[in-house]
Amino acid sequence: MIPGQKQLSSLEELLEGIWKQNPVFVMVLGMCPVLAVSVSAVNALSMGLATLFVLLGSTLLVSLLRNVVPREVRIATYILIIATFVTVVDYLIQAISLAVYDALGAFIQLIVVNCMILGRAEAHASKNPPGRALLNALGMGVGFAIGLFAIGAVREILGAGKLFGFALFGPDFQPWVIMVLPPGGFFVLGAWLLLFNWLNSRKATPVKPVEGHAHV
Amino acid sequence: MSESLSQIFIGTLLANNLVLAMFLGLCPFLGVSARLNTALPMGAATTFVMLVASLCAFGLNWLVTTFNLEFLRLIAYIVIIASAVQLVEMVLKKYSPVLFRALGIYLPLITTNCAVLGVALFQTARDYDFLQSVTFAVAGGAGFTLALLLMAGLRERLNLAIVPNVVQGTALSLMLAGLLSLAFMGFAGLGAGE
Repeated sequence: MIPGQKQLSSLEELLEGIWKQNPVFVMVLGMCPVLAVSVSAVNALSMGLATLFVLLGSTLLVSLLRNVVPREVRIATYILIIATFVTVVDYLIQAISLAVYDALGAFIQLIVVNCMILGRAEAHASKNPPGRALLNALGMGVGFAIGLFAIGAVREILGAGKLFGFALFGPDFQPWVIMVLPPGGFFVLGAWLLLFNWLNSRKATPVKPVEGHAHV
Repeated sequence: MSESLSQIFIGTLLANNLVLAMFLGLCPFLGVSARLNTALPMGAATTFVMLVASLCAFGLNWLVTTFNLEFLRLIAYIVIIASAVQLVEMVLKKYSPVLFRALGIYLPLITTNCAVLGVALFQTARDYDFLQSVTFAVAGGAGFTLALLLMAGLRERLNLAIVPNVVQGTALSLMLAGLLSLAFMGFAGLGAGE
């Protein structure tokens, strides 16, 4: 924490990652897994949980070791810690569900290079005691999972007419195939960002009296 | 797996472009693509790291499988990539300080560029032999550079366009990337398709 900056309460620390600093929608970090695996809600959620696990594990270790690791080799140390936890997750998912493992493929191992995790280790965990760091990591991880789920659900609903594999619409539904193809990932994330931009801009500009009564 | 070298090259460069079809290396793709003159060196540096990483990964993979240490593969790859990036950084700093400063924070971040690790992981997963691995790495790097250049060109033009405030920033870049990706889908089936 930067000296002079107001210490956040525990709840604020937790909510920081879920809403105000959401890694997907606000910071736009760790986009590669977000777009690549978000073709369905199940995939997106498993990826979110895997990332959450790695984030929590590496945050705990980085925070505990924060006074031991020399500054010069800290990034290398962080990456090694993260890679260790990713290896654990990789084997864990393989043991739990082979179907999910096959669907996510190399992207589980690519959690190592998720800039969000390294960013947390560098910016927060290395400067805070374990409890506080874990709380922040939990918020960030949950925020990341929510973001992934939001994109995955939209893409699955529009692209396949399903959610969690259950058909939502009648048999006449024409799937919007482009949504489960690569361009759809960019479009859906872009659309979510647009929505948040719009919400923020509405909050930032004081409501003019003329618009005050305009109901849509 | 018996894909010919030209199949791998064309397939990786266009049809399965690392950035636009497989979503690898999006951070530098969105971060460095604002100007054309930094996009090309960034692409070249990434390609070089990719090639070095791919060569080392090939050797490492052999080592790791011979001694039954598969669980160390990921950790070993990451260390190799980090060292390769360090090498590129030192060379650039010595021979082209201007470029070194222009690339700034994005140069060390090549370490966490998923495209580099992705190339190493995919070549292992697909059981490529030595020549196939090298082709794959070069084509991957070239594809990354191509996507970066196209995006930079588009964004330079876009700076002149008048867009609503709400749309500006990352949202617009993502929409643009979506359109570019849509265009690249036209290459589907070229080279090593399904």
